[in-house]
Amino acid sequence: MRRFRPFDHLILLLGAAFLMTPVVMAFMSSTHAATEIHMNGLFLTPGTEGLATYEKVLTQKGGFTGTVTGTRMVMNSTILGLGFALGKVVVSMLAAYGLVYFRFRFATPIFWIIFTTLLLPLEVRIMPSYQVMSTLGALNTYWGLIIPLLASATGTFYFRQFFKSVPDELLEAARIDGAGPVRFFLGVLVPLSRPMMAAIFIIMFVYGWNQYLWPMLMTTDERFFTLMRGIKTILQVWIGSQVPDYNEAFALAVLAMLPPLGVVLAFQRLFIKGLTESDK
Amino acid sequence: MAEILLEHVGKTYAGGTQAVRDVSLSVADGEFIVLVGPSGCGKSTLLRMVAGLEDITTGTVTIGGRVVNRLEPAERDIAMVFQNYALYPHMTVRENMSWGLKNRRIPKDEIAARVEEAARMLELHPYLDRKPRALSGGQRQRVAMGRAIVRQPAAFLFDEPLSNLDAKLRVTMRGEIRKLQKRLGTTALYVTHDQLEAMTLADRLVVLNGGKIEQVGRPLDVYHRPASTFVAAFIGAPAMNLLDARIEAGHLWLAGVDLGRVEGEARAVTLGIRAEDLQLLPTGGLPLRIDVIEELGAGRVVHGFVDDQPLCVSLPSGAELPAQLHLGAAPEALHLFDAITGKRLPQSVHSSAKVHA
Ligand SMILES: Nc1ncnc2c1ncn2[C@@H]1O[C@H](COP(=O)(O)OP(=O)(O)OP(=O)(O)O)[C@@H](O)[C@H]1O
Ligand SMILES: [Mg+2]
Repeated sequence: MRRFRPFDHLILLLGAAFLMTPVVMAFMSSTHAATEIHMNGLFLTPGTEGLATYEKVLTQKGGFTGTVTGTRMVMNSTILGLGFALGKVVVSMLAAYGLVYFRFRFATPIFWIIFTTLLLPLEVRIMPSYQVMSTLGALNTYWGLIIPLLASATGTFYFRQFFKSVPDELLEAARIDGAGPVRFFLGVLVPLSRPMMAAIFIIMFVYGWNQYLWPMLMTTDERFFTLMRGIKTILQVWIGSQVPDYNEAFALAVLAMLPPLGVVLAFQRLFIKGLTESDK
Repeated sequence: MAEILLEHVGKTYAGGTQAVRDVSLSVADGEFIVLVGPSGCGKSTLLRMVAGLEDITTGTVTIGGRVVNRLEPAERDIAMVFQNYALYPHMTVRENMSWGLKNRRIPKDEIAARVEEAARMLELHPYLDRKPRALSGGQRQRVAMGRAIVRQPAAFLFDEPLSNLDAKLRVTMRGEIRKLQKRLGTTALYVTHDQLEAMTLADRLVVLNGGKIEQVGRPLDVYHRPASTFVAAFIGAPAMNLLDARIEAGHLWLAGVDLGRVEGEARAVTLGIRAEDLQLLPTGGLPLRIDVIEELGAGRVVHGFVDDQPLCVSLPSGAELPAQLHLGAAPEALHLFDAITGKRLPQSVHSSAKVHA
């Protein structure tokens, strides 16, 4: 029996407020005019400019060439996020499958090498990667943006640990059931890994979505602008006495939050379902 | 349906462990063979070599006239039931049973018919669309059986399939497995460390010890004529009493008591007597100093000492027992083993002219 505990609820409410306030503030501020924000600071109350701001942000052509709209940026970010997430799940699952289920020389050292690269952030190898892709003529392309970042030590590590926890008898039963390596992978491992795939997908989607430095380096063409760059450029326009379009930046930030939120919500169910229902 | 032939089969693991040495065995078509032995004696290893899950280091395995040493498990025409069932957790019972057939490209309606048939035999109909996690241990066990049956293999391989079940269910499932195997007439190799399971299931028992075959034979033959002290102590409950005795002047002596005539030189031997072969005598015979009495309900097992050697006797429940018992056994019930190698000796004991010492 649980009694109603006011104190517990107070803590939860405070925690929720603490985490939600900046988001609410960003949203509310985005519904005010830029000058208002410049004079009065941030708002916690709704303003009147909301619809106009969002419409402008989504459809107005901006940038030097006047070709990028907010919609375009959302699309680019989505392509990057989904590309990363899907690609990384596929690549790291295959890598882990090879490492765990195939006996080849140096499998363990190879794994440790992969594992060590966990310690190196992207920035360490960003110049060589750029060099390679530029030589391949992959600047200003989606695949050039995505492919160099697909190899994922984190994903490989998690999938390896997961595969190792799958009982050997399942593989043996599958072998007796006439399943080759491909069929075992697709028919048994992939369905069993669904919760793991959902987790990696969420993490990698957000990772891809938030990329800033790499797209900036790889793409000069404004058609490839992502939301993160869009927000930045809005805030950079200190020309003369012009006030930056704070409201637009906030609107973009709010927009930028929506797709990851959607992904998390969509996969959270699968994630929890997988966790509670799967028994190996 | 097929016979299985093992010829000088041996297995050495990468670390150098010799798990199985020089095992030769011929299994007839439709025979139920139980491999039994203590933990670590190589039962699973042997079974897995037949299944194709372990490489065969030496010797050959022939199933249905084909040498299968180099064949994949799926090509060996066998089906295996694992100790933890190894059901695919994400598939329903029906999918679990039909997946292997699908992989073999068996036509859909044929698969459906086979699953139907197996479900009927195993009474699995109510569960066909459930996932394994929604089944009890006994039901999972039956699904694992079903998955083996639908394959219609030449041989069933079982690796301790009942050891995760509770005692009562184990007895029921034991009966079911036996009935099913007889009905299908499929050759079966069954691994267990439970000697009772071994006795009740087997057409023939294979007792393994340290990777080698200790004895092969029908359960009752093994029970009545164990080939060594190892088998004698392993098969039967309570374990056969093994006592140090002597052959001297043509008689068998234990604790100063003459137990009968026997040929042979004077020597030390190990004498085996089953607890249930000992009877109470009014006087004389072997004197037993009682230590502990285990009441089992239907009967009792009396533990005691004959001249400082432990001995147990199965007796009917009932009257109070005196502190000292007088025991005797028919000469046919006395087993003689070499005191050093533990192998059975060829001699048998005959009734002595003078029964009482
Ligand atoms: N993969 C392996 N690598 C090295 N040694 C092994 C391996 N598998 C088993 N062994 C060894 O081989 C011997 C026989 O093992 P096995 O699993 O066949 O025993 P078992 O008779 O099935 O025992 P249990 O009744 O406990 O299942 C043991 O000594 C074990 O340690
Ligand atoms: Mg075993």
